[in-house]
Amino acid sequence: MDVEQLARIQFAITIGFHFFFPSISIGIGAIVLVLETLRVRNRHGKADTYDRAAAFWTRIFALTFVVGVGSGLVMEFQFGTNWAQYSAFVGDIFGAPLAAEGILAFFLESSFLGLLVFGHGRISSRVRWFAALMVVVGTLLSAVWILIANSWMQTPAGYQIIDGRARLTDFFAAALNPSIVPRYLHTVASALTAGAFLALGVSAWYVLKRRHLSVARAVVPIALVTAFVGSAAMFATGDMSAKQVARTQPAKFAGIMAIYSTSTGVPMTIFALPPTQRAADIPQGPELQVARLLSFMTYGDWNAPVTGLDQFPAQDWPPIALSFLSYHNMVLLGTLMLLVMAFGAYYLWRRSLFRRPFWLRAAVLATPLPLIAIQLGWATAEIGRQPWIVYGVMRTADGVSRIVPAEQVAISLGLLVGLYVLLGALWLYLMRRELGHGPAPAPGDGGDEAALDELPRHENALRAGQDVA
Amino acid sequence: MAENGFLQAAWFLLIGVLLVGYAILDGFDLGVGMQHLTTARTDDERRILMNSIGPVWDGNEVWLITAGGALFAAFPKVYATVFSGFYLALMLVLAALILRAVSLEFRSKERGRAWRTTWDVAFCVGSLLPAVLFGVAIGNVMRGVPLDGQGDYAGTFTGLLSPFALCVGLLSAAMFLMQGSTWLLNKTEGAVRDRARRTANLGMAATLVLWVVVTAWSRSEAPALWDGFGFIPAWLVPVAVVAALLAFPVLIRRGRVVAAFAASSAAIAAMVATLGIGLWPNLVPARDQGVSLAVSTTASSDLTLTVMLIITVVGFPFVLAYTAWIYRTFRGPVHLDEHSY
Ligand code: HDD
Ligand code: HEM
Ligand code: HEM
Repeated sequence: MDVEQLARIQFAITIGFHFFFPSISIGIGAIVLVLETLRVRNRHGKADTYDRAAAFWTRIFALTFVVGVGSGLVMEFQFGTNWAQYSAFVGDIFGAPLAAEGILAFFLESSFLGLLVFGHGRISSRVRWFAALMVVVGTLLSAVWILIANSWMQTPAGYQIIDGRARLTDFFAAALNPSIVPRYLHTVASALTAGAFLALGVSAWYVLKRRHLSVARAVVPIALVTAFVGSAAMFATGDMSAKQVARTQPAKFAGIMAIYSTSTGVPMTIFALPPTQRAADIPQGPELQVARLLSFMTYGDWNAPVTGLDQFPAQDWPPIALSFLSYHNMVLLGTLMLLVMAFGAYYLWRRSLFRRPFWLRAAVLATPLPLIAIQLGWATAEIGRQPWIVYGVMRTADGVSRIVPAEQVAISLGLLVGLYVLLGALWLYLMRRELGHGPAPAPGDGGDEAALDELPRHENALRAGQDVA
Repeated sequence: MAENGFLQAAWFLLIGVLLVGYAILDGFDLGVGMQHLTTARTDDERRILMNSIGPVWDGNEVWLITAGGALFAAFPKVYATVFSGFYLALMLVLAALILRAVSLEFRSKERGRAWRTTWDVAFCVGSLLPAVLFGVAIGNVMRGVPLDGQGDYAGTFTGLLSPFALCVGLLSAAMFLMQGSTWLLNKTEGAVRDRARRTANLGMAATLVLWVVVTAWSRSEAPALWDGFGFIPAWLVPVAVVAALLAFPVLIRRGRVVAAFAASSAAIAAMVATLGIGLWPNLVPARDQGVSLAVSTTASSDLTLTVMLIITVVGFPFVLAYTAWIYRTFRGPVHLDEHSY
């Protein structure tokens, strides 16, 4: 394999691995902040319950955060190691948000996380709340800067090429490039949703197992409402993204929607096998289409023309099958997520949630769905951008480090994959352990049995193992 | 394009400041990690060492991340050439830093002896390796790096391991050992503190000797670095290195451990400054005939440098303020409780 292929594999693996953890950190961080707020406010006189819940989810947060930090370190330097030509070409623009991310975000989140985790006994209750707030602000700011960098690669703006280097000419145009707003909203919503699904899945599992009930019951409504609103937001923000892609990255759009020829009143393909079938030389298989829907969704006009791949030379096409599949499976998972959470929200509203073991089990099983959708989403955005590293400006093949020998990249790839498999396995193992331990028991409390007695009468049915639905 | 020499010099200086911040702050974390197996012997002692840096190590590492980002933004060609040129060495550093990070978090989550010992070793190696390799990298920059006509690295991996560069690697390790021990003098009590005191003096002696050796050797290995010292006031900086190093054992003997930490930090800062004076106006001098990567030829546009300067001027005072406040909050010796590692 040549250097370019190896570097691409390494980049996809390291960013995919890295991003798994930030999504959880952003999402769980927000949950911790809500719990901390309820603790400080002593909502329903349950400050102690919220305290134990916040401490528990802070432990999960810290465990996840550290893997995010380790893998993030690789990301920060990998542009220089593996994409030196790219780095020298775009540093003027791309480097600035990375530096800003350090100064304005990473310092904030890591410093205040130290305070949040180790501060017990040294800081007041309000300062602890403030530390949680700063950690969350830090994670949200870090997403601003890194997504500015990434969005600039997708929809470059505010620059000029002088002497073979991209030079910044307008900072605000570059930072507020056409794709940053939809991408930020969509990505942050996806992270909040992923955290909410995790908190919900774990709490639902505790309720099913009748363990740690007071904490679990306090977390379920918060996580469920976030998961429901978040899942709905994925559609709203995803729609923004799709419209933006159609206007600024037509070849990517044609790729993810598998549109080969330009025409008007274009149908939306929901399902197709094989996904590349409308290429002239591939036989038709089964497919499901909704007439004219794509034109309408994208341009608000049932007859609007949509640019197809025929408008681009074949060497500028993204890999069609991969783009199509990532995108469609992301949307499929989003639909599934919304469905589960819509039922949950309805049951919560009807106050019958804890009598629905079937739904609780579904919530447990749904835990990883957003995390999978997130990986598919990035694959959509990044694979769809190919063959460009900076859309329309620089090809990926031209961005790779010229002087690094392929063997060295192979060695580093082996090293990192080995390390990441180890870290991933350890993270799962330690998560299981932490979740098995659960939150600290209430002081002077007989444990969960006592908490169970606090349940309203109809919910005691669950304890008896009956489904009174 | 008309380029602003002041902005470029400011960013040369600021990257130096970030590196000094990193060497002083993460320097003590690495120095604590290096002596993890020797200074701390029982399980509780090892937990104390880890918890002495627990609340701050990640914030300290961000100095490195920010220095990387700032180099990328201000001198992209240097970022590209150095990291692709030192490819395998950098990958090793990154792997080591990842191991260090997770060993802190993972070690005390299980009771088993084998589990804890494994992470103790990982923590020690994960600290020692970067400490040495950072110095090796600096040593190579000092000697000059083989560069081709396009300013790309033209050497090999083994070419990085010259005796001179390795000697600078030992120097950086000794320097961090001194720094880490002095941190422990402020953070521990009893037997650990006694061992840390011995290590501190050892680290200081090794730093002084190695620094003198490297400096003398650089006369032949890196003669160009001496040009900056034609300007006589520049000599104050290396004099400050020696003064701080000599004050260090005296302060320790008098029990003035905070002042000793300041002396050790000052020595580190002055060593980096000495190097900065020698390098200017280059960032990476070329070995043999190549074209050096100079501040003026590799800098980003004035607009980028200005925007980043604004971000730094607005953002950095906050960073310094809350960092100082958090160090104050955690001042004094470490005591283990249920929230500790
Ligand atoms: C700041 C920039 C940035 C960010 C935030 C991301 N990417 Fe990316 N991605 C790149 C910058 C980039 C890149 C440097 O531009 C790559 C390397 C090779 C390439 O073509 O683009 C790339 C390639 C790349 C590829 C390989 C595409 C191919 O070779 O065909 C995949 C699968 C991903 N990325 C996935 C992701 C995921 C899962 C991300 C989630 C965090 C992500 N990217 C965020
Ligand atoms: C390729 C681009 C990326 C680079 C270079 C990068 C770099 C880094 C670095 C160096 C760290 C460690 C910071 C520390 O020590 O505290 C980190 C952590 C983090 N990153 Fe990334 N990152 C990338 C992608 C992303 C994206 C796309 C997001 C969010 C939208 C993100 C969000 C975070 C967050 C929240 C953390 C804190 C650690 C955690 O939550 O696990 N990163 N990243
Ligand atoms: C359900 C309807 C959804 C639609 C219409 C949609 C649409 C899109 C589109 C068009 C992109 C590509 C944007 C670009 O290339 O610039 C994208 C990317 C992405 N999607 Fe979705 N998406 C949906 C659901 C989801 C869900 C459920 C998740 C995860 C919880 C998710 C996570 C992501 C992520 C992380 C990205 C990459 C970041 C970005 O480019 O915005 N999406 N989505």
